Amino acid sequence: METSIIISGFGGQGALFAGQVLAHAAMESGKEVTWIPSYGPEMRGGTAHCTVVIGDEPIGSPLVRNPHCVIAMNLPSVDKYEPLVAAGGRLLYDSSLVKRPLHRTDILGVAIPAHDIALRCGSQQLVNITMLGALVTLCPLVELAAVEQALRIHLPERHAELLRPNILALHAGAAYIREQRIATS
Amino acid sequence: MARALWKGNEALAEAAIRAGVDAFFGYPITPQTELLEYMARRMPELGRVFLQAESEIAAINMVYGAACAGARAMTSSSSPGISLMQEGLSYIAGSEVPCVVVDIMRGGPGLGNIQPSQADYFQLTRSAGHGDFHPLVLAPATLQEAVDLMYASFDLAFRYRTIVIIAGDGALGQMMEPVEMPPMRPPAQDRPDWAVFGAKGRPPRAITSLYLDAEELEQVNQRLQAKLKVIAAGEQRWECYLTEDADYLVVAFGTVARIAKSAVRAARAMGVRAGLFRPISLWPYPSGMLGTLIAQMRGVLVVEMNAGQMLEDVRMAVCGRVPVRFLGRMGGVIPLPDEIAAEIVHMARTRQRGNGHGAQRLLQFKE
Repeated sequence: METSIIISGFGGQGALFAGQVLAHAAMESGKEVTWIPSYGPEMRGGTAHCTVVIGDEPIGSPLVRNPHCVIAMNLPSVDKYEPLVAAGGRLLYDSSLVKRPLHRTDILGVAIPAHDIALRCGSQQLVNITMLGALVTLCPLVELAAVEQALRIHLPERHAELLRPNILALHAGAAYIREQRIATS
Repeated sequence: MARALWKGNEALAEAAIRAGVDAFFGYPITPQTELLEYMARRMPELGRVFLQAESEIAAINMVYGAACAGARAMTSSSSPGISLMQEGLSYIAGSEVPCVVVDIMRGGPGLGNIQPSQADYFQLTRSAGHGDFHPLVLAPATLQEAVDLMYASFDLAFRYRTIVIIAGDGALGQMMEPVEMPPMRPPAQDRPDWAVFGAKGRPPRAITSLYLDAEELEQVNQRLQAKLKVIAAGEQRWECYLTEDADYLVVAFGTVARIAKSAVRAARAMGVRAGLFRPISLWPYPSGMLGTLIAQMRGVLVVEMNAGQMLEDVRMAVCGRVPVRFLGRMGGVIPLPDEIAAEIVHMARTRQRGNGHGAQRLLQFKE
């Protein structure tokens, strides 16, 4: 069984980094994983996204058309991926920025005020990790502790002062899902 | 050694370092540049040679020079850069010195774009330069395989005094995957008995690709061809995936092959017994094994990120015994598992209706 996740946002929101943290956590949890970024022209100013595939067997395709889970950190990402999420899948979006309702009824849309949560944790730069905390609480991909450990190891040294806020944001994202009593599976 | 998450380009660089590369010469080009950047950091730390040349033409000629001196020399580039290297590659082949080249292919022709492609297949396997020669071309599908092939490439290059090309694409270069790195081997201490590095105390040697006498050059060519025959017989590599009970065979290499694995699983879930034949060596092409597999198949689907290049090798191996269909995406578009699976299922249904022979000539491109 493979689970595919797309993380998408504006360039600079840390979509690729959040995907790498998830990939590291998956590998350290003994799982197979691939991470593949968008590295083409869309990197230059538009949206950036990465695809992470996690499984128990070696991963076949690192790319999917219909991901099981999507983290959408801006409106263009919701517009792009809402039609593509696999039926029964999950679309986590930043409801601080995205005000429109979702159209699909066969997926679980999860509104997370990630921008507001991130600001409370210290910086709007923490939206990506806030969303990641929500994702791994909502879907049994990897343990939250494994993600925290991946952050401790892989947050670049030049951002060392951001480690504590990142861990704060990770747990705040997780807490939001638990507090809202959103059905997890 | 523990697994670690590596980016493709950097994993290739580290594997080359662990294989004992003495000297790297290159010029940056997306989507390969991280390989060069990694070498720029690591090679000086290890006291080895890293040099960013003024162009790909200079880089390959530096590789030529270092290789003549017996060094484990390599370069890496992406499609347009490989085109620039063709003259040097031909000189290296004509001089029979070993080297390793990495091509992280991108969309073409021309400047094209920086997205993944497999459209250098003909260039790498058929015409890596003027004159009669073939490099040994290896196409990894996973980062672990990329590392393992890279690690073996210098031994192969030196065993046959030939060019070894690692043929990847932008997806392989840019993606991350867990890799177990092989142990660090020190650079070789002894220089080969053909290398030129000063003749003090021994008769001089010469390395050249210039033979003005036609009969002498024909003899050189015959020797080269004899060597290529040995490589062709001994260095075919492939993987068979779920082929034992398969009725329909997908043939794909590199990144497309791993995508096709997902498609084969999906097709099986839809009731079509599909399998995958994945050539790992593109030259020599594993024609014998493919020809044997064909006997049990009712149809073949070739999938590539080009207009149908390996397709010709498949057709030669199949010899008209089974209908061959083709699915190609070009310009940097990557075929996804669902469209490959749909093509497999379509092939099976078409075949069952008895229209199989019509499909043999069908070249299908997606918009």
